[in-house]
Amino acid sequence: MAEERRPKQCTVVLPTESMKAMAESIGVGQLQEESCAALSEEVSYRIKEIAQDALKFMHHGKRCKLTTSDIDHALKLKNVEPLYGFQSQEFIPFRFASGGGRELHFYEEKEVDLSDIINTPLPRVPLDVSLKAHWLSIEGVQPAIPENPPPAPKEQQKTESTEPLKAVKPGQEEEGSIQKGQGATSAEAKGKKDGLMRMKPRSTHELSVEQQLYYKEITEACVGSCEAKRAEALQSIATDPGLYQMLPRFSTFISEGVRVNVVQNNLALLIYLMRMVKALMDNPTLYLEKYLHELIPAVVTCIVSKQLCLRPDVDNHWALRDFAARLMAQSCKTFSTTTNNIQSRITKTFTKVYNKCWLDDKTQWTTRYGCIAGLSELGPDVIKTLILPRLTVEGARIKAVSDGPVVSNIDKIGADHVQSLLLKHCASVIAKARPLPDNVEQYRADYGYLGPMLCSHVVKARAQAALQAQQVNRTTLTITQPRPTLTVPSSLTLMSTRPGTPTQLSPPATKYIVMATSSGSSSTQQVLWMASICKISRTLKLSSSAVANSAVDMMKLALMRTATGKGDPELPLLQRISSLELPASEIAAQINA
Amino acid sequence: MAAVQDGQLNMEVEKDIKTEITNDGSGNINANSSSPGSTSSGGKSKSPAGSGEDQQTLLAVLQFLKRNKLTESVDILRREAGLSADADDSPVSDSAGAGSGGVPNVSADGGDANSLLSRVSIATPFAPPATAPPKVVAASGGEDQPDVNVVLSAYSQQGDPVLYPLYYNGLKKFIESVLDCHRAELSQVFYPLFVHMYLELVYNNHENEAKQFFEKFSGDQECYYEEDLRILSSMSKKEHMKGNETMLDFRTSKFVLRISRDSYQLLKRHLQERQNNQIWNIIQEHLYIDIFDGMPRSKSQIDAMSGSLAGEGKRDANKAKVFYGLLKEPEIEVPLDDEDEEAENEEGKPKKKKPKKDSMGSKSKKQDPNAPQQTRIPLPELKDSDKLDKIMNMKEATKKIRLGPDNLPSICFYSFLNAYQGLTAVDFTDDSSLIAGGFADSTVRVWSVTPKKLRRVKSAADLSNIDKESDDVLERIMDEKTASESKILYGHSGPVYGISFSPDRNYLLSSSEDGTVRLWSLQTFTCLVGYKGHNYPVWDTQFSPYGYYFISGGHDRVARLWATDHYQPLRMFAGHLADITCTLFHPNSNYVATGSADRTIRLWDVLTGNCVRILTGHKGPIHSLAFSPNGKFMASGATDGRVLLWDVGHGLMVGELKGHTDTIYALKFSRDGEILASGSMDNTVKLWDTLKAFDDVELDDFTAATGHIHLPENSQELLLGTYMTKSTPVIHLHFTRRNLLLAAGAYNP
Repeated sequence: MAEERRPKQCTVVLPTESMKAMAESIGVGQLQEESCAALSEEVSYRIKEIAQDALKFMHHGKRCKLTTSDIDHALKLKNVEPLYGFQSQEFIPFRFASGGGRELHFYEEKEVDLSDIINTPLPRVPLDVSLKAHWLSIEGVQPAIPENPPPAPKEQQKTESTEPLKAVKPGQEEEGSIQKGQGATSAEAKGKKDGLMRMKPRSTHELSVEQQLYYKEITEACVGSCEAKRAEALQSIATDPGLYQMLPRFSTFISEGVRVNVVQNNLALLIYLMRMVKALMDNPTLYLEKYLHELIPAVVTCIVSKQLCLRPDVDNHWALRDFAARLMAQSCKTFSTTTNNIQSRITKTFTKVYNKCWLDDKTQWTTRYGCIAGLSELGPDVIKTLILPRLTVEGARIKAVSDGPVVSNIDKIGADHVQSLLLKHCASVIAKARPLPDNVEQYRADYGYLGPMLCSHVVKARAQAALQAQQVNRTTLTITQPRPTLTVPSSLTLMSTRPGTPTQLSPPATKYIVMATSSGSSSTQQVLWMASICKISRTLKLSSSAVANSAVDMMKLALMRTATGKGDPELPLLQRISSLELPASEIAAQINA
Repeated sequence: MAAVQDGQLNMEVEKDIKTEITNDGSGNINANSSSPGSTSSGGKSKSPAGSGEDQQTLLAVLQFLKRNKLTESVDILRREAGLSADADDSPVSDSAGAGSGGVPNVSADGGDANSLLSRVSIATPFAPPATAPPKVVAASGGEDQPDVNVVLSAYSQQGDPVLYPLYYNGLKKFIESVLDCHRAELSQVFYPLFVHMYLELVYNNHENEAKQFFEKFSGDQECYYEEDLRILSSMSKKEHMKGNETMLDFRTSKFVLRISRDSYQLLKRHLQERQNNQIWNIIQEHLYIDIFDGMPRSKSQIDAMSGSLAGEGKRDANKAKVFYGLLKEPEIEVPLDDEDEEAENEEGKPKKKKPKKDSMGSKSKKQDPNAPQQTRIPLPELKDSDKLDKIMNMKEATKKIRLGPDNLPSICFYSFLNAYQGLTAVDFTDDSSLIAGGFADSTVRVWSVTPKKLRRVKSAADLSNIDKESDDVLERIMDEKTASESKILYGHSGPVYGISFSPDRNYLLSSSEDGTVRLWSLQTFTCLVGYKGHNYPVWDTQFSPYGYYFISGGHDRVARLWATDHYQPLRMFAGHLADITCTLFHPNSNYVATGSADRTIRLWDVLTGNCVRILTGHKGPIHSLAFSPNGKFMASGATDGRVLLWDVGHGLMVGELKGHTDTIYALKFSRDGEILASGSMDNTVKLWDTLKAFDDVELDDFTAATGHIHLPENSQELLLGTYMTKSTPVIHLHFTRRNLLLAAGAYNP
């Protein structure tokens, strides 16, 4: 309650203004200051008394949250009539109002239209209480099943990987107890305690039979041909808590897979593997730091490799590069610390390659594209310092390909993609950094061949920003997002008697109403990619209405998938959308229709 | 209050509660227990003391009250004196205690004491514990207002409020300057002194001084008194003191301190030299100083035992003999071959009690010297079905896993899903076939965890059609149509806080916020009886291990012992100073343990109704209790997250298990007592090596006699395992007959 700290206890009383406000609310106009003070002291005392009694009910209710019913029961103890109709399971929304030099917090009781209540369909009946059994421990060892918390909490994984010495320091009780809980026999534990040398405990990664089966099923599903199975497997990777033990295998699987499939130019498999990386990163119970040395090279390969597919002119390997670049940026954000410096090392790597391409005309457009994509995902600052200065040279090179004699179709496509990528990323940065006005000639002088195009994009970006600022609050996007549900195919036997996780049993459909804001910094993913699609389509010209239609169809599909709970938006699909051209207004119109 | 049923069992009427509320609350206690504190007290006190004549004292007190314009108190005192002659002796006692020099024994054995005893009577060998502060009962009654005033009036003697901080500071300086060995002991005085000085200030309307006093010195108090200090701090007006239970507790029950003789002498000398009457008065009147000879105790020893609302238990409170041994198991022929039919055939025979040992029992057939008489309390006859169950039990027990540090039990966790924070109590049957849950929505639900579904007995009309001679008559009476995995029992009108299966699985008890305890039939799944006696929420109820009896305890601070066929309680156990939060029968059914929000555990004798143990040491309300299977030890868990282990026979704390970070709601010993499992609000189940814990304690005669025990600091070594659940507080634990640990709790997403 309010009296948290002891020194304050004596003095915590309700302000006399509250007394006045309450008195007025029941029609007592002028209340003496003295009586207010006396009243407030008395009221404070009684409130504290009731709160203390209510706490008793909370304790006996085996809860750690005080509810309104506890207060009611406490009142009943004192022979006071309970506050009927004041039921709230959760937080009570007090409203604040001020005026006339007074400040009030009050509980807003809205007038309810009875006919509304009568006419609205009944809410779903809450699920009945049910009983579910699982093994918390088998002969002293806690099995790694979804019902149990992850054997090594993320915090511990983090300390283990970043500060290995600290993790095994003596006297760390929780560490010791966790180790024991994992089944070290007490004799071992004793040995550990008594031993003079303190060594980092060897973490064993032996998998149980169930885990091996799970691993096999998951990896097969991830790279298999069935898309539905894959989605489920990825969902499982992204949500299951017990994967810690299997992490080394997964990371080896991914890095080896990338190595083989790059050579074989198997684009589809590379995409699948990258999606696995994404799923692993999304899992809230895993801390990947220890395995970055395997994952990062794999991801970088997918960004900058010369060739990722058999038919570079037809296949959309650009989408994979974009996706991998985004993954890279995400892992930089999550894992970069002052000791490992991932972000700067990655930046350096890209820059080095990029420098090479810059000097060398013969470098493949694909690699160039990858470098630019990788760098530009790292944020506007990187773009400003590393990409903008090179726009002129890059523009000249693109010009050479598009205007010059037709060397090969592949080069031409590559140049096109690099151009659109540069325009996409640079325009927004320039729009923020460069002062008005936007003069085409000036742009041409600064950025060379790409100048005029950049200029028009920047102008559009500015206009769009202004427009969005105007209609911020009008554009609402309603997305129904069911809780992620874990549905493992029946063929997959993780545990012989595999009771469902409690989370799965009552997935109340949560409804998010997302407000698109002008800054575009809304945290919701959907909004982000909606915005990015709009941005992309803005930056590109509408080429043909047929393409636009197909794009809209794809987007609808993607939206539907999201809405029906297929988990993450199908990213490769998205990439395909993003490579198409469509004005924002049309997309919006189509969606609304 | 003393609505006691004198049942067919021929039990004696519980007398404790009848001990009348004495005039200013301190009476009986002094009279009965020869307190060394008052023995050595020098004369002083502002009330004109020294007169042996009751009448004169009374008059003097009246005069004094008048002088202080406490007309209300005067009236009450007059009325009391006029109404009952008995009351005469009481008002004296506080002045008599102070004034009567070295002859308290005389007064104890003298006239009034005799009359008192004859009233309290039941001349048990355990007289001292009978002095459970009787005031408590009144606090729960309706007519307590006048008493409150009387109680409060003792605070009327006032000194100069400005001097209070000086007095206190002076004492503080003195205690800080004494030798180290005495300092820890004397520091115990701070807290009760602080409380009483504060209350005196408040009572005499020195509001500001009281506030200042509180602010100045509350920080010095031990952290485990924080809860009480919070209550105290909210009390800043005389009016608040009326009806405040905590206040009453402080006033009515003397705060008990154990201090060595040397330390006490030091304190006494200091106070007398300084003429510090104010403090001396308080010590005389509100404190009970239990003086012992020998080495002063160390800080850790004191800290281990203190923390309760009214100080430590008096040493002689724990002197009574407790028969903690187990009762002899009735001999039942266990068929050596495992065929069930055989078992049923055998059943008719064992009526004649052959002194033959059953195949399983590891105990000697001789009566355990520590066990109570087999017939000390009447126990229900064994029915055929009980015998069948016992045989099953023995068979299962042969398959029992021997647990130990290297052989930890498996834990099966039953999660209640979709309980929406509403699960308040859980119980398993002894054979682990049924689970019952009490819920905040007033329902009780019973689940079958075996494939056998729950069925109701057919209606009376259908029953009459059944052939009663048929072999499977027990099957036939069941209504197949009602078979289901769970049943809901409706009847309570408030959250169900306590739940308990009868040992024969035919009944279920539930206690609720609505003040009733209900008995449900698990044959018909209907309510059979509502036991009304508690007027306030009943926090816990528990069947006796032999069935028939049960105990309940709740907000009214009185634990009641019932028999299922009596609608009124057989015994009422009064003495706790705050809510009774948990109740438990001793395995031999002769004793009952109650844990309370006053941070003490009391053990009551079912036969006499006396309190035979007061165990202090917890720093928060006690929420779980467990007896070891041999009945010798007890474990208790409280909101402070600590488990304390107790030796019931000696009344001593023998261990402290630290590790939990939140309230411990569940404790259970394994079937052989090697392992203690504890479940807590912090979402963990922990296993502790109790064999080692009990072995590590060395109990020589001295410690046993004085109760000053050195607790080994070995919680970490005793901890065998910690098992986190996924956001599920553990509220019940149960060892199956084969030593599989079952745990239960509601998943809290």
